[in-house]
Amino acid sequence: MNKFVAPVSLPSYLDQEPAVRARFDKLKQREVILSVEHLNKIFGTGEKATVALDDISFKTHRREFLCVVGPSGCGKSTLVRILAGLEEHTSGDVLLLGKPVSEPGSDRGMVFQGYTLFPWLTVKKNVMFGLEVNGSGKFEAEQQALQWLALVGLEKFADAYPHQLSGGMKQRVAIVRALANQPRILLMDEPFGALDAQTRCRMQAHLLEIWRKIDITIVFITHDLEEAIFLADRILVLSAHPGQVQELIEVPVPRPRSASQFISPEFLATKARLEELIHGGKSEEDDEDAGTYQMVARLTDVTDEVE
Amino acid sequence: MKRTRWFQVLRPISPRAKLVFGTLSFVLPILLWSIVSYVPSVWHPQILVTDPGSIDYLQVGMRMNKDAFADAVAEAESDHKDPPKGVRSNPIYLPAPHEVAMALYTAFVTPPATQDSPWLYESLWHSIQIIFWGFVISSVIGVPLGILCGTYAAFARVNEPFIEFFRYLPAPAFGALAVAILGIYDGPKITIIVIGTFFQQVLIIANTTRKLDVALVEAALTLGTKKLKLLTRVVIPGILPDLYRDQRILLGWAWTYLIVAELIGTTSGITWFITQQARYQHFANVYAAIMIIGIIGLGTDMLLARAGRRLFPWDRSLAKTA
Repeated sequence: MNKFVAPVSLPSYLDQEPAVRARFDKLKQREVILSVEHLNKIFGTGEKATVALDDISFKTHRREFLCVVGPSGCGKSTLVRILAGLEEHTSGDVLLLGKPVSEPGSDRGMVFQGYTLFPWLTVKKNVMFGLEVNGSGKFEAEQQALQWLALVGLEKFADAYPHQLSGGMKQRVAIVRALANQPRILLMDEPFGALDAQTRCRMQAHLLEIWRKIDITIVFITHDLEEAIFLADRILVLSAHPGQVQELIEVPVPRPRSASQFISPEFLATKARLEELIHGGKSEEDDEDAGTYQMVARLTDVTDEVE
Repeated sequence: MKRTRWFQVLRPISPRAKLVFGTLSFVLPILLWSIVSYVPSVWHPQILVTDPGSIDYLQVGMRMNKDAFADAVAEAESDHKDPPKGVRSNPIYLPAPHEVAMALYTAFVTPPATQDSPWLYESLWHSIQIIFWGFVISSVIGVPLGILCGTYAAFARVNEPFIEFFRYLPAPAFGALAVAILGIYDGPKITIIVIGTFFQQVLIIANTTRKLDVALVEAALTLGTKKLKLLTRVVIPGILPDLYRDQRILLGWAWTYLIVAELIGTTSGITWFITQQARYQHFANVYAAIMIIGIIGLGTDMLLARAGRRLFPWDRSLAKTA
């Protein structure tokens, strides 16, 4: 898409409209939900040791939508798994409301890339699961589960099994299953990565809608830059080998967001900046495929051109 | 229907084809058996004497090799006496299908030879009880142990190497020991079935447990599930359909240990019937008894498979085999 836009006319991604600036000021005054301080993660020991995360520090405020992007191998999945408590960190601190995180808990919800609904439970019982293991009564859990399902428009599927749902529906259930526990923060590890482009767009809109309605802070991992810009208040850009913080970008695109903003100057400026950081200025397609085309020998008749 | 459709890799076939092939799976062996039994030119290595003629060492109903019979005929002819007559037949250990079918029927309606010996159905019932108790005792210990081994790596390291070693020890070899400890009646028989089943059971179920998608456990963890609830609310329900399938296979194995088990101490159950009939060369009855075991085994498995589809409506792999 960016090939058709003249890059000269773009504003700086640092320029913010007054309304956007006011929003960020307000955001930063809210309490800090999650604070990551000098986080390190080393896999293996001795000579085989590889540094996955190197001195990562950032903060998220209440009701902030933070996206984490970076090239493959930058450890963004490792980061979110550490935040969830599924993986141990080597040094540094992860503080949720000032308390250190060491193991998984119901104060942090998580949505995975793969489908992780329990296949033996109906949709409703999947949503009830977290409530029940945390001590809610069956009746109360059921009432709440139905309300959550209504929020994502799936109340009709309450008694269906996960295998009867489409990919997008499964992730919607996974989101409300995590939210039903009323966690302080929702961690999402490329949750829409396995979905087709159309479903993904709808899911992004859905997620913003949910985020708007309830008191939740979201940390969202993605490798899709447009997705990050569309969703995020701020974008944490990581570099690879080792994973380090390159920049914490404040997205200048005003809210409420809509699909029409994909070609707005702020959006394109932010995207250009992200590409510069991640692909060193080259766009994604140039980066990986450069040179490969010359290697393919012609296997058709010269007169039989397709372009 | 195009023939090539039957040879698509990993694709299901139509319900009609399923029915046809499923029937064929039984019809073909029976057809082969019938051909060998009823077409005299196929195999039939022996001669069944119908008229001894002038040969005094022959009797009606005797079976002998073709060569020996040809010699006897030649002998009689050279003496210008009546040659013996006979029809080509199979050895006595291969009865024809109709004989076995008859035996299958008569086995249930014929009273036992002596007053105190059991009817066939009584022998069968006894065998089924041996299997049942052997399998239940094995499962009561083996299933939980297998799940624990699959769930906790430390637990698996403590148990599995020894179990792995023990499962290579042939269960029947413990027969004499079992008799010495438990007497000659049902105790040692059940023990053999337990030994034959238990060690495989622990290893198979541990493996099944390890195959559970770890993402489901992680999802449960992030929902705040702790310790024992992880086991009871995630691991066990997650593996249940596969566990059920394992149990069905293991039950089949338990049946294979039955015959050995029943030979230990006092011969009993269906094995008693089989050995008794073999002793009198009533091979039709022997085959009938073997088939009864097969029919009971296949019957229970089909019932359990059907029950499984009801019990686990979410299980996709069951639907595939249906």
